[in-house]
Amino acid sequence: MLALYIVTAVLLLASLVASPSRTRRALVIAWRRFAAIAPAFVVMLVFVALGLYFVPDRLLFGALAPESQWAAMGAGLGVGSVSLMPGFVAFPLCGLLLERGAPYMVLSAFSTTLMMVGIVTLPIEVRYLGLRLSLARNAAGLITAVAVALATGLVFGELL
Amino acid sequence: MSLFRKHRWSLVLGFAFAIFVGASLLAGFEPGEAIGRHFLAFFIQMLKVLPCVFVVIGLFDVWVKTETVEKHLGHGSGPASYIWSVLLAGVIVGGVHVALPVAHALREKRARLGVILAFLSASGLCRIPMTLFEASFLGWKFTAVRFAVSLPLVVVFAALIGAWFERSAYRLPELGRG
Repeated sequence: MLALYIVTAVLLLASLVASPSRTRRALVIAWRRFAAIAPAFVVMLVFVALGLYFVPDRLLFGALAPESQWAAMGAGLGVGSVSLMPGFVAFPLCGLLLERGAPYMVLSAFSTTLMMVGIVTLPIEVRYLGLRLSLARNAAGLITAVAVALATGLVFGELL
Repeated sequence: MSLFRKHRWSLVLGFAFAIFVGASLLAGFEPGEAIGRHFLAFFIQMLKVLPCVFVVIGLFDVWVKTETVEKHLGHGSGPASYIWSVLLAGVIVGGVHVALPVAHALREKRARLGVILAFLSASGLCRIPMTLFEASFLGWKFTAVRFAVSLPLVVVFAALIGAWFERSAYRLPELGRG
């Protein structure tokens, strides 16, 4: 995080020295872009905050434990797609599930969709990419996650 | 003014939410307080990162020539452009909410659609701190399989979807360039 601040400050200073008027223009652009998307962010955060209260993480993880591994994999794909969870929350929980006997395949389905498919962030993505492209990108992410989960199942001997 | 009109519903929702949380605090309504805390935690997290990101994008906008981006990431830039986009994704901080404005700015400088799609998906997949974390909890074999299978697929899908949308001259929505 600190690195980001330092890099930004250095770039800004360098730009200011090189051309104050261009730097001004850059800041105006930065502000306009920020203002254009900020309301969408606030709306997303409102829904995330509500969602987190009504569907806590532990409940989501409870859904990953059906008997059939195919149902569990499907649940993993679904839960990963709808959650917005930082890695430092998700992976310790995955570790816990692993200890309790969850298949690697299911954890893989969950963690890959968590990273690649974002239903919650979709409204923001649509603002940047448009609806059709956002849907195509997320659908590709879902297919990729299925492939990754199947490969994981094969490698860890859970499928054959 | 037009900004307010355009974001009318976001503003209404934001105000309703603020009133709900404020009233919960006053009345000691526990669920409302918890929801407010969640919101604030995420809000602060975003506020720590986003201003820097947008300043850097603004600087990028005025200093980097379109031709430079086009040459390295645009049409006719070759397969190396995908390697660049994945590497760029690996060093980026934060999640898709940071990658999206960056991708949009790159596209405005005529980066290929496929390249920015690869960048977006890879920014979810290859964040270095997240990967270390994953491997420590689930093992290196798990992480290795995920990378080996997902990265090629990300690039293939990005190239396919990119080509498909470029063919119909797809344009990203315009944002904040008045």
